[in-house]
Amino acid sequence: MNHAVIVPILLPMFAGSLLLFGARLSMPVKRMISFAVVSVLVVLSFWLLAEANSGDLTVYSLGNWPAPFGIILMLDRLSALMLVVTAVLSFFAMFYAMRGDDERGRNFHALFQFQLMGINGAFLTGDLFNLFVFFEILLIASYSLLLHGGGAERVKSGLHYVVLNLVGSSFFLIAVGVLYGITGTLNMADMALRVAEAGPQEAPLLGAAGMLLLVVFGLKAAFLPLYFWLPRAYAAASAPVAALFAVMTKVGLYSILRVYTLIFGDDAGPLANMAQDWLWPLALLTIGLGAIGALAARNLHRLIAYLVVVSVGTLLAGIALGTPDSLTAALYYLVHSTWISAGLFLLADLISRQRGVKTTELIQGAELQNPYLLGSLFFIGAISIAGLPPFSGFLGKILLLRSVDPDLQGLFLWPTVLIGGLMTMIALSRAGSMLFWRVGVSQLDSAELDYGRLFACACLLLLSPVLVAVAAPLLDYIRATVAQLHNLSLYYQLVQPGGGA
Amino acid sequence: MEAIFASALGILTSSGIYLLLRGRTFPVVMGLTLISYAVNLFLFAMGRLQTGVTTVISEGADYADPLPQALVLTAIVIGFAMTAFVVVLALRSVGETESDHVDGQEPGK
Repeated sequence: MNHAVIVPILLPMFAGSLLLFGARLSMPVKRMISFAVVSVLVVLSFWLLAEANSGDLTVYSLGNWPAPFGIILMLDRLSALMLVVTAVLSFFAMFYAMRGDDERGRNFHALFQFQLMGINGAFLTGDLFNLFVFFEILLIASYSLLLHGGGAERVKSGLHYVVLNLVGSSFFLIAVGVLYGITGTLNMADMALRVAEAGPQEAPLLGAAGMLLLVVFGLKAAFLPLYFWLPRAYAAASAPVAALFAVMTKVGLYSILRVYTLIFGDDAGPLANMAQDWLWPLALLTIGLGAIGALAARNLHRLIAYLVVVSVGTLLAGIALGTPDSLTAALYYLVHSTWISAGLFLLADLISRQRGVKTTELIQGAELQNPYLLGSLFFIGAISIAGLPPFSGFLGKILLLRSVDPDLQGLFLWPTVLIGGLMTMIALSRAGSMLFWRVGVSQLDSAELDYGRLFACACLLLLSPVLVAVAAPLLDYIRATVAQLHNLSLYYQLVQPGGGA
Repeated sequence: MEAIFASALGILTSSGIYLLLRGRTFPVVMGLTLISYAVNLFLFAMGRLQTGVTTVISEGADYADPLPQALVLTAIVIGFAMTAFVVVLALRSVGETESDHVDGQEPGK
């Protein structure tokens, strides 16, 4: 058994507990522990990625109980990719936070670690109830992280966020209960086998449970009509937290991909690929409404939060199309949009610090101290997220657009994505010209640019050209990932005697 | 027994949803609590409702499914923690915004 698989969960858990008990430790010690953990996770996740690239599933049976009786952790190419995305993102978010944002609450580092534990766990687990538990862990941590720094605006948006997610958790439990009641198992691969065998009497109930799960994942992933909590919450969160939250919507999308390719996948008889038909119109509407929201946003944070919604819609369109090409495009776009929107959240915070009380409100304000530096970063981030060449957003969108045939689906997808991109660009250029050009004569002398923060932000944004540079190996890996996702017999072996490792 | 159990769940859930849709934080918290009760009972019933059978396991005889009981325990613990958190958050919201409305401001202001 390969014990490295459980380390991405255990390491943040132990570090988080240590930090919780050592709440009175001095800040440098806390930072050192936290930073050491995120650095180790980066190395480890790349190593696991190489491990997963062999094409085998790495399975870790907790307590050495054989599946499907015990809980298993399962590392395939998709989970390894998600671990890398999370690790890289959290490394830079932590780097940014260590420059002072973590001092505004005593338990920031502990919560950050628990959040990582929940996210990594959700990506690794092969058990549906376990997925619920890890969702709860990452949500509990995110509730508190959202409130980090305090203030009325955070409390207001936090209350909505918490109540909505509590309702979502109840739905999750109902769906898991129904699925368990009918199939008698919680292991996802085992459940997939049982769903494939289910008779016509059980199919409607299974379908209802599957749809309920879709609502829950939709709430996490934030697509229409369940995204209304997102702009307010993300705009209110402090910068490193908002950056980390960029991966949270992706946890929902990952779960959708996992559940609706494995449990309700190609083999599920009458329920095969049942979510895709629903996701298609919702994806296109999400892109449209997200772009309108971005145009209407009155401050930069909210504008970026709406861009997260647009990227969720784009990704979802790729998942809804369901062909290998479109899934490849969606996964590439997922990596890109997570890192770039996180980088933009950090950049918005840097800009905000040089504008005094006007923060990132899109109104005329003081001249920035470093207009050229921040302006160039904004330019790179903006054209990358809007999907213009030469950056990764362009490549992701091209791949997605090329993956549809020029028939009815193409007729809907092309205009939606392209006009959405145009509206994004208009919104961003309006915001940029307001922030950088329509400025007063005086600078505020209070705000010095912190080079540590700038480094974290610039690195995240510059991952966009890097993603283009490494596009060939990355796309090879993603194509293999998609092929593996559809090779269901590989997963079935986990629960058959003698299967798995 | 199934009918009584099912209608109890139905009443709990519908009362919960009604309270959840209210405008003040206290009824919302109560609504969440009622819904989580209903969900816990529902999970429990997924092992099928039986009377007079062995609790966990015994040879030959019929026994109750232990897994839903374990799931319910987990769900209860998580639900408790969440309720406590949302109560604290609601109190903080009253402190910060001087209103117990879920939007943090009185309607019409």
